[in-house]
Amino acid sequence: MNLLLGSGVAASIISFIYPALRYIIPPPVAESASNFVAAAKVGELKNNNGKIFRFGSEPALLVRLADGSYRAFSAVCTHLSCTVQYRSDLREIWCACHNGLYNLEGRNVSGPPPRPLARYEVHIQGDDVVVTRAA
Amino acid sequence: MATLYRKTLNWMDERFGAGSVEEFLRHKTVPVTRHILWYYLGGMTLFLFIIQVLTGILLLLYYRPTPNDAFESVQFVMTQVRFGWLIRSVHSWSANLMIFTAFLHMFSVYFLKAYRKPRELTWISGMLLFFIVLGFGFSGYLLPWNTLAFFATKVGTEMAGSVPGIGKWLLVFLRGGQEVTGATLTRFFGFHIAVLPGLATLLLAIHLFLVQKLGMSVPPSVERAVAEGRTSLRNMPFFPNFLLRDMIGWYAALGVLGGLAAIFPWELGTKADAFAAAPAGIRPEWYFLFTFQTLKYLPARILFLEGEFAGILGFSVGAVVWVMVPFLDRRIGFGRLTRVFTGLGVFVIGYIIVLSALALR
Amino acid sequence: MKKSIIFVALLFLSLRAAVAAPPKDTCIACHAALGGDLAKPASQFEVDVHHQAGLRCADCHGGDPSDDSMNAMSHAKGFRGAPKKNQIPEFCARCHADATYMHRFNPQMRVDQLSEYLTSVHGKRLKQGDTRVAACVDCHGVHNILAVSDTRAPVYPTNVASTCARCHADAAHMKGFNIPTDQFALYEKSVHAQTLAGGDTSAPTCSTCHGNHGATPPGVGSVANVCGTCHVMNEQLFDKSPHQAAFAKMGLPGCVQCHSNHEIVRPTDAWVGTGPQSACTTCHTPGDKGYGAAQAMLADLTHLDSSLTRAAEVLNVAERAGMEVSGPKVELAGAQEDLVKARVDVHTFDAAAVRKLTDSGVEIAAKSYQAGVAALRERDYRRKGLGLALIAIVLAISGLYLKIRQMESGDSIGHRGDVERKAREV
Repeated sequence: MNLLLGSGVAASIISFIYPALRYIIPPPVAESASNFVAAAKVGELKNNNGKIFRFGSEPALLVRLADGSYRAFSAVCTHLSCTVQYRSDLREIWCACHNGLYNLEGRNVSGPPPRPLARYEVHIQGDDVVVTRAA
Repeated sequence: MATLYRKTLNWMDERFGAGSVEEFLRHKTVPVTRHILWYYLGGMTLFLFIIQVLTGILLLLYYRPTPNDAFESVQFVMTQVRFGWLIRSVHSWSANLMIFTAFLHMFSVYFLKAYRKPRELTWISGMLLFFIVLGFGFSGYLLPWNTLAFFATKVGTEMAGSVPGIGKWLLVFLRGGQEVTGATLTRFFGFHIAVLPGLATLLLAIHLFLVQKLGMSVPPSVERAVAEGRTSLRNMPFFPNFLLRDMIGWYAALGVLGGLAAIFPWELGTKADAFAAAPAGIRPEWYFLFTFQTLKYLPARILFLEGEFAGILGFSVGAVVWVMVPFLDRRIGFGRLTRVFTGLGVFVIGYIIVLSALALR
Repeated sequence: MKKSIIFVALLFLSLRAAVAAPPKDTCIACHAALGGDLAKPASQFEVDVHHQAGLRCADCHGGDPSDDSMNAMSHAKGFRGAPKKNQIPEFCARCHADATYMHRFNPQMRVDQLSEYLTSVHGKRLKQGDTRVAACVDCHGVHNILAVSDTRAPVYPTNVASTCARCHADAAHMKGFNIPTDQFALYEKSVHAQTLAGGDTSAPTCSTCHGNHGATPPGVGSVANVCGTCHVMNEQLFDKSPHQAAFAKMGLPGCVQCHSNHEIVRPTDAWVGTGPQSACTTCHTPGDKGYGAAQAMLADLTHLDSSLTRAAEVLNVAERAGMEVSGPKVELAGAQEDLVKARVDVHTFDAAAVRKLTDSGVEIAAKSYQAGVAALRERDYRRKGLGLALIAIVLAISGLYLKIRQMESGDSIGHRGDVERKAREV
């Protein structure tokens, strides 16, 4: 009788404590990648080049300008949500779907896009080019 | 096992008189009547509250209370943290279950008239606890910062603005500004993990102390029958008999919570966007539905009062009457007045059920 | 003395103020009083953009607005009257082609409308004496002209098609011109019309492809250029493809050959390949290279499409079961993009190019599908775990129940049995 009670209680307690203990140990990726992403390594991107990376649930664009500085924008075109790309020949951001163009401030300068691209902040942290959402 | 218990108790007794407390508690009994099932509800509510505290503390290890991070941190818990899905779903389900058992506990105490002398303060401390529990529900609901929560909070705090007199100040106080923003989230987080737990602990201590001191109430009908010699009162010792039965209930509750978490996990929703239009059919959580629906039905003007104002006023007056019931229901258990209050209780339950059902249509 | 000087001065100033009322405009005054059709210009002119700019009847029609008599409309007073149909373009161009004059009102305003108009079919026919064609006032209105940016204007983007249709959809009016009158009806069915109606003013309407003042349908050789102003990739790929030269040789109108000119609807994958809705089989026959390429392209597109659907379905099942799959769903969006790009690459008419994109997409879709399957596995693991925990709980509950029974064996609860014995022990 007592054995049944004891084992039942013990088993149930283990089935509660076990998950709680595993929960407390932090998972391998300690941060959610939606506000803070290492978009590239320093030196990976040449001047006057761009790179698409994932930021949260959407694509984003890291641009290295001709002078070596970095800019980061949302890569979701404000017209019909196609993914934009950096055009080294035009030195502007272009959307292949309907020929929309954005300048290096993210402002929509030509074609159908009605609004500028959202702008993100870029910092160099050690070896990484880190992109975060604007404060 | 028993000697270890004895030895520990003696050790504590020699230092701060624990023995007399234990002696007192050992004599705690529960009356055995056909109403005994209702007596489990208080302990069940307390148990679920403890579940909330434990899962809440675990969630606190990963939650971030800012608009940028809140939704993502909950998503993180649900997807990346091991058993995070379990802790979070248990916390959300247990919150609703606790509010439900709190309602049942309150109404069972009301109908069994356990609030009569000498237990008036137990009733009042219990009612304050009830309001605090509703506050927990309201503040906690916003914390995942999803669309439903954002707009439900908007609507709810808007209603607070209609409270007579202090309405405008109350709205700004709750929201941390004129609109629901990150400031609201910070504030609600502070209420949820610090202010309300502090108040709840204090009131719970008072409530539990009074319950132990005054013993378990016997239903008036049974009391009358015993007085008239028609029956004898049977009592069950709390330790261990009632407690073991309590534990069966608590284990069953744990099973239900686990099942709900695994089979009906609590939704994440979509991240709140303050500038998006409110989705159609926004409504508060089920425990506020009846007030929400009532305000929807009220006309723009009632006599000389603005409709919403009159509604809030009505509910406020109703709440005050409900809290003061121990002092209003004279000659409890006898005569017509007491039947009026029983009828009032039935009306309130019916009102809540009917209006909540209408809100869900 | 001083007081009276001040008084007179004040009187003089107030009289001056009274006199500085708007100058007399007898045109409006008389025409309004005439009623009927003659009064229309007077009442309409209130909203006219020229009126807002400070112009009056006389600025266009000449004459003397301060003169009460019929003399106001005399040749001597410079009265030009209402222009005949074939005089209208030059009438408006008196100001609108004068750069110096126009730039007083809007420095950015174009002044080439007349020169453009004279190159258009409308302009050429008007010069030949055909008064059925459109001149300035047919599209812009005459006395209630609104700015192009005004949503009520007949030339505001969402209104352009119905303005053109006033003539071009009227079979009786268009008799003898030998051009179709179904363009408006066809255009209304197009994806461009629906996008425009949905509020996207960047979507093309009649004037976008045909020009507004120099309205001319694009020549067969320049259709691709026109479409290519927005659909850049499609045009570039088409130009490099074998179809460009072939179509030019056969005199086929580029994009229009498969996509139509006015009834441009959303294409489906079935337009590629060799099925009943295929555009390829118009020219290609079984055995030729194009036929084979069409079959290969359709097969690849369909393969990617079905992979996407399969992955999306499993992810949806997982999501409905409560699993968090927003990550794999985002990855799947990448495969969706590959499908879009593959459909654009159809315009290379090169099966290998399409294959490259569909392969990439299929790979991503397969990964997402695996993620969905893993999520379902996790769901099953959770349910198994729940089962185990429930067994433990049931054990504990039965243990408790039996313990209670054992403790209370005997008679009424609590008065005898274990508890009393324990109390005595202690």
